[in-house]
Amino acid sequence: MGEEKAKDENQKKDVWTLGGREFHSRFILGSGKYNVELVKAAVEQAGAEIITLAVRRANSSGEGNILDFIPEGVTLLPNTSGARNAEEAVRIAGLSRELGCGDFVKVEIMRDSKYLLPDNQETVRATEILVKEGFFVLPYMYPDLNTARDLAGAGASAVMPLAAPIGSNKGLATKEFIQILIDEIDLPIIVDAGIGRPSQACEVMEMGAAAVMANTAIATAGDIPQMASAFKKAIEAGREAYLSGLGRVRERGGEASSPMTGFLRD
Amino acid sequence: MTVNGVKKEAAGGVSLAELLKQEGFEAGRVAVELNGEIVPKALYGETFLSETDKLEVVSFVGGG
Repeated sequence: MGEEKAKDENQKKDVWTLGGREFHSRFILGSGKYNVELVKAAVEQAGAEIITLAVRRANSSGEGNILDFIPEGVTLLPNTSGARNAEEAVRIAGLSRELGCGDFVKVEIMRDSKYLLPDNQETVRATEILVKEGFFVLPYMYPDLNTARDLAGAGASAVMPLAAPIGSNKGLATKEFIQILIDEIDLPIIVDAGIGRPSQACEVMEMGAAAVMANTAIATAGDIPQMASAFKKAIEAGREAYLSGLGRVRERGGEASSPMTGFLRD
Repeated sequence: MTVNGVKKEAAGGVSLAELLKQEGFEAGRVAVELNGEIVPKALYGETFLSETDKLEVVSFVGGG
């Protein structure tokens, strides 16, 4: 027994909650832009407990349905991509619920097709409506404190600020503003969009984010399951660093790590 | 009627369940909007379609 086991117990307790459900993994995996055949391996290597999906017109060609490739027990998080206003997002959410895979929804509303930035106002409106309809709403948003407060007030289950334009792999462009949300909003902050490398995922976890969502970084990697594994480790490392409490930064000068006395200079 | 934006020569009076089958959709994997209203799965067998109906048949795909 001893220290090792106590540490294990502590790590096991590091759960977080969404919609009344407990999760251990802090890596939300996207399923877009890569072959469905790789979804299972990616989920497994990511250790992901939540995977995002989109809703689109069905084809009748008999191609494999993505649901057949998602391991059992993984929570599905359908998004409302394609929606340009609150009404369209509500419509897509209704259809995703009718698909019979739970009450979670990631609200994603974009009016602009160049930068694909979320429309915060419409997102707040959609969140208000969907929470009233009994959904657990995870709104994707531009990291703005006032909007995040409105989303919390509307009953969102988490807030998903972007790190950089979606699909860009550019990393933590909005770092300072995400930190404000982490410090001020009493909901899980899930950093979504723009995270391009494991080191960036690690950094937001060190900052105190509840979880990281990534898709393009994995989908455009050379080896998809291997990159999923790399992200898993980075997210775990960042989380552990956050829980440990990061060492302080000295603004000026150095400080010896070895004793300055005890030999040669007394 | 129109199915996912495509005109279909389906006979009026056919049930939604039959139409989905005819069109090759797997009922368990789709959700359906009939003229903008979601049809609960339990009602597919007793929802009869007319020639002017507009259907949207959707399913999950990969997404971020």
